[in-house]
Parts: sequence; structure tokens; C-alpha cells
Amino acid sequence: MSTRADTPTVVRICTGSGCVMNGSLAAAERIEATAAAAGASDRVRVVRTGCHGLCELGPITVISPANVFYPKVSAPKAQRIVEAILADKPPVEDLLFRESDTEEPITHYGDIPFNRIQKRIVLRNCGVIDPENIDDALEHGAYQALRHVITDMTPDGVIAALQESGLRGRGGAGFSTGMKWRLTRDVPGDVKYVICNADEGDPGAFMDRSVAEGDPHAILEGLAIAAHAIGAREGFVYVRAEYPLAVKRLGIAIEQAEQRGYLGEDIFGSGFDFRVRVRQGAGAFVCGEETALIASIEGKRGMPRPRPPFPSVEGLWHKPTCINNVETLANVSWIINNGAEAYRTLGSDKSAGTKVFALTGKVRHGGLVEVPMGMTVRELVDDVGGGCQNGIPCKAVQIGGPSGGCLPTELFDTPIEYEALVEAGAIVGSGGMVVVDETTCMVDLARYFLTFTQNESCGKCVPCRIGTKRMLEIVTRICEGKGEPEDIDRLEALAHDVKATSLCGLGQTAPNPVLTTLRYFRHEFEEHIFESHCRAGACTQLMTFRILETCKGCGVCKKHCPVSAITGALKETHVIDQQRCVKCGMCESHCPFEAIEHA
Amino acid sequence: MSERECTCATQGEGTFDDTPLDAVFDEHGSERNALIPVLQAAQDAYGYLPREALERIAQRLRMPLSEVFGVTTFYAQFHLEPRGERIVRICHGTACHVRGANEVTRVIEDELGVRVGETAADLSFTLESVACVGCCGLAPVVLVDDQTFGSLDAQGARRLASRFRRERAS
Repeated sequence: MSTRADTPTVVRICTGSGCVMNGSLAAAERIEATAAAAGASDRVRVVRTGCHGLCELGPITVISPANVFYPKVSAPKAQRIVEAILADKPPVEDLLFRESDTEEPITHYGDIPFNRIQKRIVLRNCGVIDPENIDDALEHGAYQALRHVITDMTPDGVIAALQESGLRGRGGAGFSTGMKWRLTRDVPGDVKYVICNADEGDPGAFMDRSVAEGDPHAILEGLAIAAHAIGAREGFVYVRAEYPLAVKRLGIAIEQAEQRGYLGEDIFGSGFDFRVRVRQGAGAFVCGEETALIASIEGKRGMPRPRPPFPSVEGLWHKPTCINNVETLANVSWIINNGAEAYRTLGSDKSAGTKVFALTGKVRHGGLVEVPMGMTVRELVDDVGGGCQNGIPCKAVQIGGPSGGCLPTELFDTPIEYEALVEAGAIVGSGGMVVVDETTCMVDLARYFLTFTQNESCGKCVPCRIGTKRMLEIVTRICEGKGEPEDIDRLEALAHDVKATSLCGLGQTAPNPVLTTLRYFRHEFEEHIFESHCRAGACTQLMTFRILETCKGCGVCKKHCPVSAITGALKETHVIDQQRCVKCGMCESHCPFEAIEHA
Repeated sequence: MSERECTCATQGEGTFDDTPLDAVFDEHGSERNALIPVLQAAQDAYGYLPREALERIAQRLRMPLSEVFGVTTFYAQFHLEPRGERIVRICHGTACHVRGANEVTRVIEDELGVRVGETAADLSFTLESVACVGCCGLAPVVLVDDQTFGSLDAQGARRLASRFRRERAS
């Protein structure tokens, strides 16, 4: 321990949205205060990092050099940890991570099952650097690739490297990034634009938020390389308004990068100018579609228009424009630094590299997971996520959000690749992966996504505006036990029509959740229609609420019933009038004695 | 007659304070393509977008009021009615949905006596639902202003609502 004075122990504590909620700022302050009180501020350095993606174990704390991992670090726990560090003691055993109470603790961050099979490229610096401090980012290699590109490579060389790497757009469609750059470069014109699409609207996906909050320089560097390659001097980052921390950190990163000359005028003395501006979205999911996004930046209603012409030919203010997603851009500098070959050998034949997934829902260990493409769904759900929570069996995994589909457990051996997932009825999409168990009703889940897409339909084209509305009506009817025998065929036919005739990606993919649910869980639709039965017990309209003998007659349920369907004298068992009951479940959730059940 | 003259053009001019808009135009300029940032900044200043503000913006950006109105109503973020001092938002992302966001919504609506999309009569708060706040690991999530509360069940939601009620009362 003789080196301790010159190399302080680095405590990395996550300050992503989730960990802040769980009190990471207080924990960080406590660490600094404890060290200061012991007169040892120089021995402990606290780094407030971005999101690690393991939000439910937050606040996440990792201590270097040995990468000791502590989950759920509250301020008092933080104090014990720092006291152990100052006393040169081994890690505090009872605060370390354990799979379950009976298992041995796991000390090193890389050894926990969640991290073991991950391969972090996009998330390489998330949770490692302080996103508000450019020096920290530079120490971890930021802007080296940009320097190399500007000083040693031609734009054509950069595009060739991207094409060779096999990188495909991570926003959903999976178009070759190198090809997109090539197309934009080849269009004649002096004024061109690059745009980073950070309008991450899919409910259940948050990788773009994490990168923007945790490593904003990776996005800016990727964008600057794209600009150099296609010949643009101006760029935009279009961020969702719901991500205020991401907006703030991107702003700080741009300012710091401009001060250091990594952005702005005459970058690296090469004569290359590049300015970036942040534009905030205003709460419209459809603006994730590229032509709608362009309309929004131009100050118009965010409505898509038919393609062609593609934005690479006619985009922002009618100029050639290249739009890439956050995750795509965050891959770029790694590919330049490590070579296209290294990237291509990760992943599978047609789907190179890694993909970040937001593994959430009923899974034991959820969070952001970056894995090489080609891994199976099962490996991701079981090996990384630890299977389903509370011993309830898994039923399906929903991949790709409102544009994707549900895969049943029988198909968990499907490899995660663009083509294989489409064949199975889902899509890679932006990477939302929601695990559901036996307590989730698949019809209700389909209704959930339809409600979302119908709500977000911009209304420009008829199939999407009216078709999704009619589909939603049918699915709602089924959930409420009022489905008609012909409804399934009607729904299927309509879904195919909407898919085939909608103007943009939103409408073309909106029927996917319904179609895959019909493909793999048709029996659940049939049970709702023909037997008025919801096997998951999620569709409340199909339930009957009943007050048990254990009722103490306290009257709380009676008070809360919105339709006065409950009667009974004080201290006597109450009764629900089934004719009046609207099955809102209010009585059950308010009963202090758990004397109300539903079946 | 003079007292009954049409006043639509000047109505409210005495009460509407447009000085905050000057700062907005100074920062974002008055080009048409700045419309959305201008509306965002104006809403930050007023808490919502009063008709008078939309009129001034239309004038300044030299575009029809109908077009400004069209953009304003297209985006969920913009509000034409006054909003509560505090905003309670219930997340309905997929992860929140499968982990019981509907139950949380029912409890909060019941406890606060306001439905989603409504503002309390005394303008103390607005209750909204939001598509996804990106904190899926902590589902279900509720935001009170910028503060996030996660892993809620019916009981947690009730505790949160009653704490919120107490804070309002005090």
C-alpha cells in the first residue's frame, strides 16, 4: 500500500436518472465528507459517472483499481465503504453483491452474472467517466478517432472502413451505415447536414438516454466523423424533451469540446469546421421517423412525407442530410480506433458488432446489456437477466417495442440478428426487450402497444389514423369480454392492410405486436372471446370481485367504490352488487384486511 | 356606441405582459425554423402558451397564427391551458405497464381526486401520463416535477399520494 498517496482510490458512483432517484448524490457527498473529515481527501477521488444500466441495483458504486462492486449504496453504507478504504481494510463483505442471500458474495464488478458475457463498445465509457468533465473523457480516448480521421484519412477511406465493418443502423431499420454515408457524400452540393437521432420514443428502451447521459462525447465524435466523411459543416442532435439530463450533458459536452477545439472552427488545424446544435423534441413519437424529424427541426408539425426522395438526397432545408441514431454513432469511433475487421468479427455474418438491449419487465436482473449480435434470446434472458422474477415462469419476450413483436419461450433459441428476428415476427428495433411472465395477458399487451401507436399516429395517412383506431377498438372489445367470433379474422385482415398501405414506419409496423400475438398466442384471444376467460387474470373486466367471510365490516371499500355497488352495515360482512360493479378493483386495493378477492 | 366598440383586437392587452417574449426572441431569433424552440422557451416563461403569446410569436416570425396553432397542438409538450404549479407524471412505458402502472394510476387518481390529464381546481398540480421516462429498471415509476419515485405498488403509490397531499396542505 505504499503507492497510496500518489494514486488515490477512485470511487465511481453512478449519477444516471435511476441512481439519482435512489440517492446516489447523497452517497457521493457522504464519501467526500467522510474522507475530508479524516483529512484524507487526497486519498479518495469520487467520479460521478453516467448510467451503468443496472438501475434496479442503484446507486451503483465501483471502486478502482480492483473494480470492487457495491450495489444499493445508501449514504450510511457509503460511509462504511470509505472508512474501510481509509483503514486499508479488505472490501466490506456484507455490502457486496450476492445472487441470493445464501450465496457467496461476488467482489469484482466484471464477475457478476449480469456483466460476464457482455461486450461493451457503445457503453464502453458509460459508468466509467464523468460525463461533465472532458478531461476524463480524453483520458479514456475520446476524440482520438476524430484526430486520426481528419489528419490521416480521406472521407472515402472513412466510408470504406464503415462499409467494411458491417455496421448497420441501430435505430430500427438496420440499413448499412457506410452505405448511407456514401449515398449522402455522392449527392452534389456544398451544404449538407448530419443529424443524430436521439428521439428515443420506444417505451421500454433507454440506451440512447444512457449514452447521452453517460458518454456524450462518443455521440459528438461520431457525428463529427460523419460530417467529415459526407462533407457537412453543421449538425444537430435531436433529443427527446423527456430526457432533461441528457440535454444538459450534451450541452456541456458541446461547450467543452468547442473550447478545446474538437468542435467548432478549424478542427485540428485542418480547415474543417463543424458546429453542433441540440434541438429538443416536443413530445411526438413519430418524430423518430427521419422525415418527420426533419420537419420538426424546420419548425413544422412533425409529419412524415413519402420517400423517395430520401433525406440523403433531399433532407433538412432540402439539402442532402445524413441521419444516424445515437447508438450507431457511438460505434463509429471504436471502429476507427480498432479497425473494421475487429468489429466485423464480433457478432454474426449479416449482423456485425454488438447491440445494446434494455432488458426490463419481469426479469430478475434488468438493465442495459450490450452483447455481440448472434447470441440467442435465451442466453440474454436467462444467463444475463437470471430468468424471471419470483419463480413465476416466463411466457414471452417482447422485442422492439410498439414496432416489434412477442416471441414465446419456444422460440428463445432464435439468434438476435436483424433477419432472424424479422422472420420470427419481431424486430431488433431500438432494442427494448421486455420479459413477461404468466401474469401478463398477451391480448392486453397487444392492446397496450396499439393504444400507444394509435395515440401517436400523426394523422396524415388514412390507414394509420383510422386503421389503428379500428384495430384498437376490436382488441379493447376482446379484452372486455365483448369480442365477437369473427373479430380475430377481422383484426388480422385489417392489420395486414395497415401494414401494407401506411405512409411511414410508424404505421407500417404498428400492427406487428398484434400480428405476432395472433401468431403465437391466438389461444389467448380465443379464450377471451369464447370463454370470457383471461388466463393471466389481468383483464379486470372479465373478473368477478367478491368479499370474503374475513370482512370486518370497516366500510373502507364502501367509501371508495365509485359506483356505490357495495352495501353492508358496520362490523358486518359487506356485499358487492355484481350488476353495478364496474370492476375497477378499487375495493380490493383499499381493503386493509385483504378480505376481497377476484377470480 | 363608443363604449360598445369591438375590442377583440385589443382585448387583454392591459393584462398580458409580453416582456418575457423579448428575451425569448433575443435568444432564439425570429426565423421561422426557430418556432419550436421559441414555443418551448415561451412555455417555460409563462407555464403554458396563452393565446396572446401565440399571437405575438406569429407576428414576430411573420407567419399565420393558424400555422403556429397547428404546430402547438401537434406536439404533446405544448399546453394551451394553465397548468398546475407542480406536475405529477405517471409513466406508462412497457416495463411500467407490465409491472402495474394501471394499478398505480387508479390509486393516485383516487387519492388525489383528479384524473389523468386534469389539473386541480386550485391550480396546485396537474396529473399526467407519460409514454416512457427511460427508468425502466425501476418500474413502475412516477415523477413529481423532476423527482423520480420508482418500484411502486398500490401501497407505495398511496403513500406517495398522501405525502404529496400533505405537502400541498402545508
